[in-house]
Amino acid sequence: MTETILQFDGVSKSFFGVHALHDVTFSLPKGHLLGLIGENGAGKTTLMNILGGVLRPDGGAMRLRGRDYGPRNPAEATEAGVAFIHQELNLFTNLGIADNLFIDRFPRLGRSPFIDKPVAKAQARKLLESLNLPLSPDTLVDRLTPGERQLVEIAKALSTGAEIILFDEPTTSLTAGDTERLFRIIQDLRRQGKSIIYISHNLGNVLELADEIVVLRDGRVVDQGPREGFTVDKMISRMVGRDISQIFPSRQSAPADETLLEVRGLSQPGIVKDIDLTLHKTEVLGLFGLMGSGRTELARILFGLEPFERGQIVMDGVACDGVSVRDSIRRGMAFVTENRREEGLLMEATIADNLGLVALPAFASPSPVRLVRARRLREAVARVAESMRIKNGPVDRTPAKNLSGGNQQKVVIGKWLLSKPSVFIMDEPTRGIDVGAKYEVYSLINDLAAQGTGILLISSELDELMGMCDRIVVMSKGEVQGAFDRSEFDRERILHAAFKGHRAHQRGARR
Amino acid sequence: MGRRFVRRGLLSENFVLYLSIVFFAILYLFMPYIASGRNLANLSSNLWPLLALVLGQMFVLILGGIDLSQTSIMALTSVVGGMLMTTQLDPTLFEKSPLWGILLSPQGSPISGTALAVPLGILAMLAAGMFVGLLNGLAVAKGRMPAFMVTLVSMMFFSGLAIYLTKSENIMYLPGGFTMLGAGEIGPVPYSFFVVLVLAAVAQVVLKHTVLGRWFFAVGKSIRTSVVSGVPTERVVILGYVFSGFCAAVASILYSARLACGRPTLGQNLLLDVIGAAVIGGISLFGGKGKVLWAFFGALFFVLLSNALSMLALPFYAEPVVKGAVILLAALLDVTRTRLLAREIVA
Repeated sequence: MTETILQFDGVSKSFFGVHALHDVTFSLPKGHLLGLIGENGAGKTTLMNILGGVLRPDGGAMRLRGRDYGPRNPAEATEAGVAFIHQELNLFTNLGIADNLFIDRFPRLGRSPFIDKPVAKAQARKLLESLNLPLSPDTLVDRLTPGERQLVEIAKALSTGAEIILFDEPTTSLTAGDTERLFRIIQDLRRQGKSIIYISHNLGNVLELADEIVVLRDGRVVDQGPREGFTVDKMISRMVGRDISQIFPSRQSAPADETLLEVRGLSQPGIVKDIDLTLHKTEVLGLFGLMGSGRTELARILFGLEPFERGQIVMDGVACDGVSVRDSIRRGMAFVTENRREEGLLMEATIADNLGLVALPAFASPSPVRLVRARRLREAVARVAESMRIKNGPVDRTPAKNLSGGNQQKVVIGKWLLSKPSVFIMDEPTRGIDVGAKYEVYSLINDLAAQGTGILLISSELDELMGMCDRIVVMSKGEVQGAFDRSEFDRERILHAAFKGHRAHQRGARR
Repeated sequence: MGRRFVRRGLLSENFVLYLSIVFFAILYLFMPYIASGRNLANLSSNLWPLLALVLGQMFVLILGGIDLSQTSIMALTSVVGGMLMTTQLDPTLFEKSPLWGILLSPQGSPISGTALAVPLGILAMLAAGMFVGLLNGLAVAKGRMPAFMVTLVSMMFFSGLAIYLTKSENIMYLPGGFTMLGAGEIGPVPYSFFVVLVLAAVAQVVLKHTVLGRWFFAVGKSIRTSVVSGVPTERVVILGYVFSGFCAAVASILYSARLACGRPTLGQNLLLDVIGAAVIGGISLFGGKGKVLWAFFGALFFVLLSNALSMLALPFYAEPVVKGAVILLAALLDVTRTRLLAREIVA
């Protein structure tokens, strides 16, 4: 019987009369890793904000090491030994590692206001060593990879003497190698007796790491228990509250012979090299690669956002050796970028304005003044919103920033539907959205393919590609390393191809 | 009931208009002269050219940019127009001008005195304004330089150029057909009103009802998303600065006609009035927000404020202090209002 370090006891919280959390009760045993899962809006964030002193509960109580615990602000939570590793890292990229670690409590020379730099550096070095991060404490955070930044955050948590460490979606921006390293460190921390709460949409990871799993749905704990009692399928059905017989909806079409897009010998020095690629009608073609493999860069070149030096992009049988975004759109191409906030959406604009943005010229009068035919546009936008079931609020008043991640992504995809694309490139279309929304995005991809669109699907989740694609092309170091038909999908072989040239991914210290 | 009334006024789209009316009413209590026909005419003759500038500035602000060069465009176009139209130049003043003997003579320019002088002069002014705007736009859109820097440089450069061309002398003896634009009236309504009305109508149609207008807002909200979505962002940005230059030229025509001279220092103190009026009207400095009506309200408030201050006959150092204080107050009211609006949406 292990000792309980943290106990939630009937914790409740409402916003404007709506229950965000309802009678949440569970406990975290010391030295255990608890996986907390739930769809967006299930209450995970609210719960963690209460734990971290950002919000105060309306009812119920928390107990930490057997004593009442009710932090009134984040500083009190830190004081009590609760640390957060956030999804969006909270580091000052313009400062060095040591400065970041001690930003709020620099060791000082006696009582003077001057920083004792040697001591700060020595302490920082020790922390970095304990995490096997061979970097100088002076290294600017700006120069670190996302994985290294994460470790700096962990070092920061450890330096505050944290006993409970909370990870919120820690792997979203990590490469496979960095993720592996992070998991090893999490295991180490657990062995050292730290207690961990791990929040993630990546259910496979949760299942791999957790001792216990707690499932939240609509602000309530709907299931909890030891890991052994869970499978990914069960986790999903508990989270969504209905049975999803499959994670991936079944395809209704097979690739046709007709070629929509052909890439021949595409090269851009330092980015991609000699890429050959063929996308057929009604095909879902997967593009797999680790971060930095050139998959996103290739997509951006195809769409005309970045230049290329050699090679050809052939669409509808017309070759061209230089394209602009507007050419690509005119030729029937659509592109969902990997970062929907920066490049996918006008966050401040309404759903309707976002949905209408791409197809706007098609709704203009033929006169040179190009008056917008507002009513026709409004109707078309309403049809898209309706068919995609974009919920929350009236489309002509709700700004995109108020939507959940899943609905935002649906808007990004939806804005291309009015232009009826024949080739649709989607870069990480399900990143950071919950299981239910993922299923909807997958269904949409299948529907589009069934209507004849060729889809180039880029993802760092291999399961997703294996579940969705007719064919997977693997990239590494800017080159195509292999292509696999659905019948020959094999995790090992695909990963092997993706790691080609990456064997030395445990880089030594950079000097 | 009183509170609700205040609240509704605060939250209204027309808040700045109400503010102007209240301000005017209070001023009227202390200085009834403010409502006299002469002062109202004065107010209106100040309002319309300023509104022309604010309209142009608004297009650039919606893009998330700023145009600091509007005042130098006014000075330059005033000089260009003056040179082309004047019928008499004093050689002792102008023989040092670099254009003396080339374009300028004691009888003005080669087209001076002809029937074409006024229309060509006006066209040249508009073209010069648009040309400077084009340079600004190209530097921002193609050169990827920050709008602040670009237009700061062109502010310095073109106001310097205007002074260089005239050796700092005002160009007098402009033809009556031109000065009439500044002084002429139809009944109590000055010509400048009709000119700016047309400008405002064009701005309204473009912003609200055309593809281009929607692109302006899209670029201002996120230029990266606009690029990916196939918006011709460079063209849109360039057009914004060209329109701003055009509006500055229109303002220059109205001011120059009223002053009956081409003045190389025209508009020197106007820049902050323009940007202040735009911001008080509710046009965001961060881009993506703006309306023709807001530009009008902002300009109205600013003109009222300046008028009141000059009538108070404050010592010269006190005027900017009071002006600043009133702007601060307006900004404070605006923040309160935004906060109330946000709460309104949540509730």
